[in-house]
Amino acid sequence: MPLTLRRTALFDRHVAAGAKMVDFAGWEMPVQYEGVRQEHMAVRNSCGIFDVSHMGEIETSGPQALDLLQRLLSNDVSQILVGGAQYSVLCREDGGVLDDLFTYRLGIERYLTVTNASNHERDLEWFQAHAADFPEAQVSDGIDDWAMLAVQGPLARERVQAISDSPLPPRMSMGRRRLAGADVLVCGTGYTGEEGVELLCDPAAAPALWDEIVRRGAVPAGLGARDTLRLEVCFHLYGNDLSVERGPIEAGLGWCCKEDTRFIGAEAVRAVRAAGPAEKLVAFEIDGPGIARQGNQIVGGGVVTSGTLSPSLGRGIGMAYVPAARAATGTRLEIDVRGKMRPAVIKDKPLYRKGS
Amino acid sequence: MAQASYPDELLYHPEHDWARIDAADPALATLGITWYAQDALGEVVFFDPPAVGTTLAKDASYAEVESVKAVSDVIAPLSGEIVEVNEALSENSAMINEDPYGEGWLVKVRLSEPSERDSLMDAATYRATLAG
Repeated sequence: MPLTLRRTALFDRHVAAGAKMVDFAGWEMPVQYEGVRQEHMAVRNSCGIFDVSHMGEIETSGPQALDLLQRLLSNDVSQILVGGAQYSVLCREDGGVLDDLFTYRLGIERYLTVTNASNHERDLEWFQAHAADFPEAQVSDGIDDWAMLAVQGPLARERVQAISDSPLPPRMSMGRRRLAGADVLVCGTGYTGEEGVELLCDPAAAPALWDEIVRRGAVPAGLGARDTLRLEVCFHLYGNDLSVERGPIEAGLGWCCKEDTRFIGAEAVRAVRAAGPAEKLVAFEIDGPGIARQGNQIVGGGVVTSGTLSPSLGRGIGMAYVPAARAATGTRLEIDVRGKMRPAVIKDKPLYRKGS
Repeated sequence: MAQASYPDELLYHPEHDWARIDAADPALATLGITWYAQDALGEVVFFDPPAVGTTLAKDASYAEVESVKAVSDVIAPLSGEIVEVNEALSENSAMINEDPYGEGWLVKVRLSEPSERDSLMDAATYRATLAG
């Protein structure tokens, strides 16, 4: 743990807006401004803006960039077109998940992979170690080169479009745009289940870009709302729902694993896929009062990996690993919430859908 | 309540709890959490009140308050037995944020050791601990 916390280019903006700052993976980040619930609902109903500059970037380039990434990432990287985006996991040989990542193809031989803050150093070492087998691939650390803003919500694209020099890239695509005079990589991705974009830019340009989007009505939202938003739509959080202790099949991420590409861990993943996982990550709702939290045990086996109060649904929700035989939708669970047994029921993912 | 506030008529525990000794009955106290505690916690979304009759031991946890992100123990500033709980909070726990010293009270307690009050801080002393 570093002695001093790192700060993003937007630190002063957060403090000026009255944010509560917390240590998140070694970064001093805003957990909330006015309140988690308000920020959450702003993203669901209009538009919120998040500083996610703590996320790391790894750039892979050169004639063997694709070969290296195909070896490292679980998805079929050859399917990413220039200007495209793809989600994948990074596995160890035994299939344990090292990280979950978005990779953008910036050019024919140039890729940018976004890492979780808590895993960035380990990911970078992993990339560099394996790059030794691909002499014509270069791996470089981009963490200091990029600030990252997420603008999310039904009005997000409209707000950003208004300051863009040309139409925004569609969902799961990316492209370079001028936004309010700044050179920005605009990505049609997000972590909230809403429409929106993620913006990568020079840290020096980030404060003015932030100000302009806020001025146009985006509500600053912190990591607290980011967590409740992602959990309502059952997006995984590394360190909670994903870890080296479990593989992608158990986590329900088999869809982004293409074993035929022979990525590191592919054989382990193939074996689990064929035999069926011993446990599965399920989504649940608490039936009644109470909020389950990470680490709460499930009676009869299983453990909660994420839990919160859903601002949209007004009840406790979460995700948990449970034995595969008891993972069907509708199965009733009893969760030991600090000594109190809370009834819950397994629900289909996502827990929240627009208009539900 | 947007601004920090620490009423002079209350007694304070270092774990950010307050006690109001009943004016007519020095062995009866109302307990709650301070402005500082609710601000640190953020919006309270769940308070699970302990049962009437539960025994409280000074400095030990007797209940939990939850914000969206976290759960936090509520520490008893004084020892005694719960004689009343604020049932309204189960429907509207946000009162703990909006009115921590009024509508957001948590429990009323029949004190078993009324002299323990001497170990609590007055408002000025408590405020000074926050400034540090």
